[in-house]
Amino acid sequence: MFRALAHPARRAILRRLSEQEQNLSELAAPLKMSFPAASKHVRVLERARLVRRRVSGRTHFCRLNAAPLKEVAEWTDRYRRFWEENFERLDSLLEEMKGKDAGRSQERVRNQA
Amino acid sequence: MSNAGTLNVTTPNDTQIVITREFNAPRRLVWEAHTKPEFLRRWLFGPPGWEMTQCDEDLRVGGKFRWAWSGPGDTGMSMHGVYREVTPPTEGGGGGRIVRTEVFESGCGPIGAEQLAMVEFIEKGGRTLLKITVTYPTKEARDGMLASGMDQGMAAGYARLDELLAGM
Repeated sequence: MFRALAHPARRAILRRLSEQEQNLSELAAPLKMSFPAASKHVRVLERARLVRRRVSGRTHFCRLNAAPLKEVAEWTDRYRRFWEENFERLDSLLEEMKGKDAGRSQERVRNQA
Repeated sequence: MSNAGTLNVTTPNDTQIVITREFNAPRRLVWEAHTKPEFLRRWLFGPPGWEMTQCDEDLRVGGKFRWAWSGPGDTGMSMHGVYREVTPPTEGGGGGRIVRTEVFESGCGPIGAEQLAMVEFIEKGGRTLLKITVTYPTKEARDGMLASGMDQGMAAGYARLDELLAGM
């Protein structure tokens, strides 16, 4: 899934499909991509269950299957929050450390006096 | 309370991710919080429900570290690596740099691939700018990490997809 999303061309394909169902040629042209290249990217997206392909005669229609993205969106949001939550806890820890540090310096001053 | 800084994530080239965040504390304390297990265990563990279960540190050039976490259910994550540079911050504003290799054993990122992390503690008039530069072996490995939501461009992309999902 993440490998499927990692390529900018595949993200572009998903964005275009989020507007409407398109056939492979319609997908390839604005992305300045050859037909086989577009087909290859679509295959990767199909394997990740993100795109469904429907064949009508010689035309391959692609449409977005957004359900798995919901999972990813939730997961990635959690992932980004990983650092934010870590650093917020670090903020609090540093406040505590500063307090103890100030206490120690005062003690040093008293001991020197 | 300290004025919490903004987390910034950028991609200066094909193989790196740079994270910056400012802290309202002197470099000496931010360094301690990053290098002593008793402090690391208290903040480096992600969302609630997780805890750091192992924090072995041998903070010297050539020294090894291993960190492991456990989460809700049977989820877990672990990484290990070797310190390549350890330069504590000096009173005069110099130093303040850790370079280490990192290998995820489980739970996150490309498993088994070695990445290089440089952690810089930069003097900002009594505050500390923390800058983490992670260099991945390939663009694919880096992009894999980006796809897991660490980059704001992707976040914007997801925001568009979120709108779409909301309309489903």
